[in-house]
Amino acid sequence: MRAHPWAHAGGITGGTAFATTVVGFTIVVGRVTDDVIIPGLDDPGSVAGRDIWVAVALVALVGLVRGLSVMVRRFFNFMGAMLTQRTWRLAIVDRYLDAPLNFYRSRSVGELLAHADADIEAASSMLMPLAFAVTVVVLVVLAVASLLIVHPLFALVALLLFPTLAVLNQIYTRAVEAPAARAQAMIGLVSGIAHESLEGVLVVKTLGREAAEVERLSEASEELRRERLAVGDLRARFDPILYSLPGIGVLVLLLLGVWLVGRGAVTIGEVVQAMTLFGILWLPVQILGFLFQEMPRSVVAMDRIDGVLGVEPEHRPDPNLAMSAVPESVEVQFQDVTYAYPDGTRVLDELSLSIAPGEVVALVGATGSGKSTIVALLSGLMPVSSGRISIGGVDVADLGPDGVAQLVAPVLQETFLFADTIRANLALDVDVSDNELRRVLRLVAAEGFVDELPDGPETIIGERGVTLSGGQRQRLAIARALLRRPHLMVLDDATSAVDPVVEAAILDNLRAHRGRTLLVVAHRLATIRLADRVLLLEDGRITAEGSHEQLLGVPGYAALARAYEEATP
Amino acid sequence: MTSFDGHDVLGPGDEPEPRALDDIAGAGALSVLRRGMAASPELRAGLSLSALMTLSVAGGRLIVPLVIQFVLDRGFVGGAVRFGLVVIAAGGALLLTVASIFVSQIVYRRLVGVAEAVLLGLRLRTFAHLHRLSLAEHTSAKTGVLTARVTSDVEALAKFAQWGAISWIVNSVQIVGVIVVMAVYSWQLTLVTLVVHLPLLPVLRDMQRRQLRAYDILRTRVGETMGVVAETVHGLEVVRTYGQREAVRGRLHKVIDSQYRQQMRAARYFSLVLPSTDIFGVAAVAAVIGSGVYWGTGWGVTSGELVAFVFLVNMLVTPITSLGETLDQTQTALAGWWKILNVLDTEVEVAEPSAGDVRPLPVGALAVVAEDVEFSYRGSDRVLHGIDVDLEAGSSVAVVGETGSGKTTFAMLLARLADPTSGRVLLGGVDLRSVSAEDRRGSVRMVPQDGFLFDTTVGNNIRFGRTGATDSDVEDAVAELGLGSWVSGLPLGLETRVGERGSSLSVGERQLVALVRAQLADPGLLILDEATSAVDPETEQTLERALEHLAEGRTTVSVAHRLSTAERSDTVLVFDRGLIVERGPHAELAVAGGIYEGLYASWLGNTRSQSS
Repeated sequence: MRAHPWAHAGGITGGTAFATTVVGFTIVVGRVTDDVIIPGLDDPGSVAGRDIWVAVALVALVGLVRGLSVMVRRFFNFMGAMLTQRTWRLAIVDRYLDAPLNFYRSRSVGELLAHADADIEAASSMLMPLAFAVTVVVLVVLAVASLLIVHPLFALVALLLFPTLAVLNQIYTRAVEAPAARAQAMIGLVSGIAHESLEGVLVVKTLGREAAEVERLSEASEELRRERLAVGDLRARFDPILYSLPGIGVLVLLLLGVWLVGRGAVTIGEVVQAMTLFGILWLPVQILGFLFQEMPRSVVAMDRIDGVLGVEPEHRPDPNLAMSAVPESVEVQFQDVTYAYPDGTRVLDELSLSIAPGEVVALVGATGSGKSTIVALLSGLMPVSSGRISIGGVDVADLGPDGVAQLVAPVLQETFLFADTIRANLALDVDVSDNELRRVLRLVAAEGFVDELPDGPETIIGERGVTLSGGQRQRLAIARALLRRPHLMVLDDATSAVDPVVEAAILDNLRAHRGRTLLVVAHRLATIRLADRVLLLEDGRITAEGSHEQLLGVPGYAALARAYEEATP
Repeated sequence: MTSFDGHDVLGPGDEPEPRALDDIAGAGALSVLRRGMAASPELRAGLSLSALMTLSVAGGRLIVPLVIQFVLDRGFVGGAVRFGLVVIAAGGALLLTVASIFVSQIVYRRLVGVAEAVLLGLRLRTFAHLHRLSLAEHTSAKTGVLTARVTSDVEALAKFAQWGAISWIVNSVQIVGVIVVMAVYSWQLTLVTLVVHLPLLPVLRDMQRRQLRAYDILRTRVGETMGVVAETVHGLEVVRTYGQREAVRGRLHKVIDSQYRQQMRAARYFSLVLPSTDIFGVAAVAAVIGSGVYWGTGWGVTSGELVAFVFLVNMLVTPITSLGETLDQTQTALAGWWKILNVLDTEVEVAEPSAGDVRPLPVGALAVVAEDVEFSYRGSDRVLHGIDVDLEAGSSVAVVGETGSGKTTFAMLLARLADPTSGRVLLGGVDLRSVSAEDRRGSVRMVPQDGFLFDTTVGNNIRFGRTGATDSDVEDAVAELGLGSWVSGLPLGLETRVGERGSSLSVGERQLVALVRAQLADPGLLILDEATSAVDPETEQTLERALEHLAEGRTTVSVAHRLSTAERSDTVLVFDRGLIVERGPHAELAVAGGIYEGLYASWLGNTRSQSS
């Protein structure tokens, strides 16, 4: 709220003008009734033409100002809410960029997206009603004051009627909350069943489960219908009452008014004024009730946003210092490196290893032995729990992710490509010549399929563009790494979906470049055999190293090698 | 303010299908209604009674201005007040109002009941119809769109039924009622009111169009923002290890700013539309007062009528505004309805045989014959050309070929997931088209490669293999495939939940579940579509052994991605561009000098290590 004072000031100004003109309009209508309408029609000729014009102009003018004030109020209130949304959104994405890796591991992508979209939407949905509430308070105060001036009994009717309306509204909102929430949950469930069933349509068909699936959806939909009927029932009970209550109030006013007119306490115009006010006032009061239905949802969303904004950014060394520390050599040293998950499970246990510049090393180990953790640590994606990793003698922690990026190009298990052109995906933010692009595409045996795409390297891939196969995506990811001309390349199972023949060709190409250090996490014997040295990783430690043939004597390694051999497609 | 409408529910990747909207524009709301009525018997039941009661509801809303007029005109005679008359009039009006509350409650409940019955019926009928459509209609690209038919489209209709539809009914009746009362008081003043309001309709329409367009662009902007955020989150490792953080930050800030700017563009309409109608209303009040006082005596207008008119004008503006606001919702709902109706009209290609045409399948392993089978997907090129196959009962057959060679389509036809465009498939001598769904379910089992599981327990997923299977049947099937130790190794055994699509299990484990499921059915023909993705080595061995057990005593057709499967088969069928180009035992084909020999040689060279 405090962050965007101008928008809120504009909103409050508009709101106050609105409240004033609403009450002003009813007073004008009342006076016009007394001074123009009644004498003009009951006693023809008694009202001068000029007076009629004044009355018309007055009604139109006050009405016009009322309409304009609504525009001002709505615009600035909207602006305030949108500015707040923007501020939150920027803060959240900044936090996404700077949070430590563990932050992501504990949340699903869906959740992260919801924070940046649905949660912000929900949290800010409270802002406009709040601003509107301020307006309504001013309006009610002015309205009651104007009625008090006319006659205290009129004010009394208002003070009885509008709180009743508000309370009934509140009771209705409360009562409807639970079934409405259940209905909402059921909508999710029904959608989930439909989605699962149609996504798995092949399995449904092969199992002949069509009827069972319809039955499953039918049960959930029936439940949804019941909840909706419960909501509908409440609405059926309350809606007509809430709608008719102001009318009843007007009838009471009429009765009271005529009696007071008879006693000479008020004029007919004043009764009309009060009745007009009732006719206008019920809408804001009711709208307010509906708007505050969103309140609990909004508070929950706000908590979630605060949860994200409360995350400490990961430690990043000063970029200038990090850049000046980037070493020439890429000799890798792991000294007693331990890495444990937040829950204490140790993935790497005082592991030490070293890789000399120019060496090709294969990392072999069973699923869960910690191979990918080694890759992530070496790439500067997360800090070690204890121990030290250095590249060319410089601590990775001092280099930071940006410094490490100068030396190491990792190609990770899950390939990620932006929904952009192939060229943009490969080059990222640097300028790349066509020759250079072709060179790396050739190295990863991708030139052929890239040229066959409609626009060659300029083809947009991904969600809105061409869909590539897993193997093709992996090859592009390797090309992206090669384009950096990295001193150290890390391939984490990066060719798993590539055809074995093509894979062998790519690895041969990578090896051919002497002086490049290569660390490969591999599952295929053909890949492993290419390495100068094989490291066997078991339970978070290196338990054996040597050439493939040498290691075949180690029982754990021999078993893995046999499994790889049989599993190779 | 909530942006939760059809477009959001659809989610990324689903086409918004602008064509459907154009269709309706051509067809008109009435024809949607007519088709919709025809498709939903629930909608026709008791319609006239509901309509009659709705009239009385709207009538109830006219009581107040009528009484005001009566009291102002008749309640005062000279200077005196006829209080008795006023009490009778106001009291009577109070009673009528209360009565109209009760009627409204009943009407409302009826309308909600009808609406919910219609929605339920429509959703279930559409869902059942979607499942009846052949697999050719269920391409992966369309899954989201088809799901939207029974989810977001029905929900759009539900939202409409709860707010929009009732608003249409009640408000349009109210508008007509108000105009009738006005006309009875004074047709001249009615004319004045209507003339002042006349420009409102085109102005409102124009502004709403612009507003819709602005919100449409806004939705695109929101989509763009979310697209970049999603990329940032998905690609976080690449973003960081390739030093792209600041570049991405720049992009994120840019799209967020551009979303904000579009929001403020939409804000213009948001703040303009509603007050504009109010201004027209006030103009009408001013015009009515002016002309009423000036000419009213000549027109025979009383002061009470003129005051009542002021109230009536207000009662005209509110429903017009409400209708304007529901216009957008109405369009979305009608578009959704239209799309649902189109689904219901989609012809079912794989029709089940009628009772008289059903022929039983023989028991045990089934011989497979394909006679001159051709296949093309609706409106596409032919995928299979004249396939002739004759497979002995109990034999094992491997189908190999490159992606797009037609091998998977061939397997689909054997399971009758689609029918051949021409030619026929015979199982155990019976045309597949005369086999009942139940027989097919029992005797023909395809194990698809994607290993999709339902989000429930392992045990339940297996049980889906055969209707009425008991716990011990499931355990027996597990034991028969030698998977006892695998199951006991799961956290909760058969009670382990598999997660969405089976995501808590590995690819290989999902396939194991699919195999046990098939074992439970005890089919005479087993069709296996091998997974292309890598399976971890330990599971792979378990899988191979389970497959061996499963294949015993059955005819097996495997769409093979690994040639070790072909090595073990009795016969190999080599597919190339929709034709079988080579067939015979592995040992013969491997040295025949054709496509298969080439495939086999390159596979061998890359997988066998020198040490073995």
